[in-house]
Amino acid sequence: MIVDLVFQLLQMTLVIAVAPLLTGLVRATKARLLRRRGPPLIQAYRDLVRLARKEAVVADTASWLFRFVPYLVFAATWVAAALVPTFATGLLFSWSADLIAIVALLGGARFFLALAGLDVGTSFGGLGSSREALFGALAEPAMIVIVFTLALVAGSTQLSTVAAHMVQAHVGLRVSLGMALVALIIVAVAENGRVPVDNPATHLELTMVHEAMILEYSGRHLAVIELAAMLKLVLYISLIACVFAPWGLAIADASVADRLFGAVAYLIKLAVAGVALGVFETSIAKMRIFRVPDFVGAALMLGFLGALLLFVSRTLK
Amino acid sequence: MSAVATLLSGDAALLALAVAVAPLARKPQGGPIAYAGALAISSALLIVALVELLKPPAGEALALPLGLPWIGARFRIDALSAAFLVIVNLGGVAASLYGLGGYRGEQSPQRVLPFFPAFLAGMNLVLIADDAYAFLLSWEFMSIVSWALVMAHHREAANARAGYVYIVMASFGTLALLLAFALLAGPAGGYAFDVIRAGSPAPGVASLVFALALIGAGSKAGVVPLHVWLPLAHPAAPSHVSALMSGVMTKVAVYGFIRIVFDLAGPAAWWWSVPVLAVGAGSALIGVLYALMQHDLKRLLAYHTVENIGIIFIGLGLALAFKPFGMASAAALAMTAALLHAFNHSLFKSLLFMGSGAVLGATGERDMDHLGGLIHPMPKTALAFLVGCVAISALPPFNGFVSEWLTFQAILLSPDLPSWILKIMAPAVGALLALSAALAAACFAKAFGITFLGRPRTSSASQARETGRLILAAMALFAALCLVVGVVPGLFIDALAPAVSGAIGARMPGQSTIAWLSIAPIAESRSSYNGLLVFLFIVVSASLAASVIHRFASDALRRAPAWDCGFPDPIPATQYSAESFAQPIRRVFGAVAFETDERVDMPAPGDLRPARLDVTLRDRIWDRLYAPLIRGVEEVSLRLNRLQFLTIRQYLSVVFGALVMLLVVLAIWP
Repeated sequence: MIVDLVFQLLQMTLVIAVAPLLTGLVRATKARLLRRRGPPLIQAYRDLVRLARKEAVVADTASWLFRFVPYLVFAATWVAAALVPTFATGLLFSWSADLIAIVALLGGARFFLALAGLDVGTSFGGLGSSREALFGALAEPAMIVIVFTLALVAGSTQLSTVAAHMVQAHVGLRVSLGMALVALIIVAVAENGRVPVDNPATHLELTMVHEAMILEYSGRHLAVIELAAMLKLVLYISLIACVFAPWGLAIADASVADRLFGAVAYLIKLAVAGVALGVFETSIAKMRIFRVPDFVGAALMLGFLGALLLFVSRTLK
Repeated sequence: MSAVATLLSGDAALLALAVAVAPLARKPQGGPIAYAGALAISSALLIVALVELLKPPAGEALALPLGLPWIGARFRIDALSAAFLVIVNLGGVAASLYGLGGYRGEQSPQRVLPFFPAFLAGMNLVLIADDAYAFLLSWEFMSIVSWALVMAHHREAANARAGYVYIVMASFGTLALLLAFALLAGPAGGYAFDVIRAGSPAPGVASLVFALALIGAGSKAGVVPLHVWLPLAHPAAPSHVSALMSGVMTKVAVYGFIRIVFDLAGPAAWWWSVPVLAVGAGSALIGVLYALMQHDLKRLLAYHTVENIGIIFIGLGLALAFKPFGMASAAALAMTAALLHAFNHSLFKSLLFMGSGAVLGATGERDMDHLGGLIHPMPKTALAFLVGCVAISALPPFNGFVSEWLTFQAILLSPDLPSWILKIMAPAVGALLALSAALAAACFAKAFGITFLGRPRTSSASQARETGRLILAAMALFAALCLVVGVVPGLFIDALAPAVSGAIGARMPGQSTIAWLSIAPIAESRSSYNGLLVFLFIVVSASLAASVIHRFASDALRRAPAWDCGFPDPIPATQYSAESFAQPIRRVFGAVAFETDERVDMPAPGDLRPARLDVTLRDRIWDRLYAPLIRGVEEVSLRLNRLQFLTIRQYLSVVFGALVMLLVVLAIWP
């Protein structure tokens, strides 16, 4: 029990600790590919600390909700991240919410962030919120149909059980899993506001989505929101890794050495994914906003097709 | 006194209250008497219903020598009616509290006060009726009294039209139910429910009964395409009546459907689930898309009722799919999801309608584009409304999430169904359910964000005052229940279990014995959810983050004008409006769903005319289904009009011709 609790807390600290590093790695990769030197890897930590120590400037028209939302968004993302297996499955609280609940927790974070964008009553905030509402309305169902696929393959919607199934049973290559993987990557790109859906580096008024919503935030509130965004990137990469690249993942009742090995493997996976994301973002242009529904809609259709194949093939076995 | 007798005397008391309050309605003491009386009686009925639901079902019956002499009037209470009685009377308690707090704002109390207790009595009577005659009589009574409440402010042209469409659709629905019961009773005329239950109808007759029940109860519940009256009628009534109509009366219709299809119509054919799933998924998606396009707050909520009814019917359709194939535990899961969602929807939809009523009372506005910034003058209303928005958007740890989660779990069991059509339908229904849930979150981000956040768009919004204490109490009660059901769903699932086993013959495994109050519909390894822990985790980690940052980093705060990228604009009209917030979604779904037509009129440079953007949305269902029907009826009645101007000889020959035709039909009839 105590050991389990320690591992659960370790995971929660681990995801927070590596989140800024991962963002730094993506930024450094992009800078190198553009032949810039770029900031050091730990710049993201410095930025967060700097923001957190500044005084927060809050607009006159903002309500109590505005100051409440950053912590709520962070908490929802953190709880969701704590439930995704990173180095080991079957952690202490992994049964308290399944993959559908994780999707819904992230949806809750988006809901409150959209409200915060509307709170001050500026046109940019509304712009960001309304676009985010559209993206969310397309990405969330795509995610749910992906959950259907995974749940049918593993016979469970518990992410921990799904990951353990992927490690233990020889699932092999499956068409529906391939479709789910492509769909999940598209959803991850869209949900994290990466190129080609949104550009985390832009502050050009008409192209931003996530940045427009949080335009009025400053100081510690901004730091918390930024950390939540970094955490979300870690969450999605961990999710893809634990289902589609579960190598090294320690399953329940594994020894401490196995878990250590799992942690090392996890860090390597994160690094590979971070570099790959940097390369992907550099090699592609941002889309026009109304091309995004086609892009995310493709994920929805792919995920749906994968789930449909599984539903239909159940009796063919 | 037995429970049925208590319930009946409560209903009689409500009716007596309605009669007694009619002459007092214009006097100042009319409001307090009507609402305090309704509050007391509803609370008593709620307690009786709760006791009936929680104790082992007895199935008490009672026959009164009322109504038609050879039938009488039978009443009975079982677990299913007890579950719905809880929904009705809980809604009645909250609406009466609201009425007690807000009766002074009513301009024509004589059109509301007598009908309010009568409406509550009508809904209660439908749920305990045990023969077709009593059922239909109470059903029609409920419809007509609610029609009177819709027409309370009948001088507004829109309300008069709403009332007309409502009464036509309600009569049509009752006609369908009348035919359904006639088929069930058969030529022998066994109208009592136990007689109907004992005789099993032929499969063809049963299917016809099912279709008529889907039309009759479905039109009252508001499933697509029979929903057209709902977004007109629900917002037209006073807000606490809107809460009752949307939150509670639609559930009575759901009860009617369950009672006929699962209980009376005999063993179900598997294909019945196909139309139920189709209208459920269609209602869910179309309801939320229309809701997103509204800028009238109450109409948005009414359209959203269509979505939630769709979700309930998806659950019922899944139960109908699993039951004939002997998958009893899966059917029980789907039925539990449907009943729990019916309960949840009655909570958050009543809460939201009461919130919109509070806004209407404080500002005189229903149009979101004239509101904004209400969180500052009305913080408590805003908090309660926010809880309702989060709950209805199916976000954890509130109650809406639990019932949608159960529905998803039921969908995930459908690959084991032997029917191909259902195998292909199930994931499509699941995807549509996910899409409508995500759109609902967008819809309520809009509803809360435009109404309560931002800067006030008109002076009526900036001069609003917090609403009265009793209204706040009614909203706080339901907001708290939304959280409680979300945090300890297992207790409520267990409470619904007798009702589920009454309809299905099986129940979900007991949830209250699972450690940590988790819920696990099938097995813990398959799926489990713990609202309590999720709630605690969120609270703990948010407070942890806040305290760490305030302690070790900075807690300094400065108020300043909004930054807005350096272009702050003092005019509140530059904010996003209800229209513009939904514009991206309208652009993506609009062409298919609404045949949107956007015309931009941009004057040439130098021209001083203002630019214009005209957007027209068309209701395709009205255009394609109802408009031709109305034209057809008009055409036929125009033709038949000539029959009114015949001579006596021609009338006699028409009568003779009809007689001959009937005799011929009788002769040919096998």
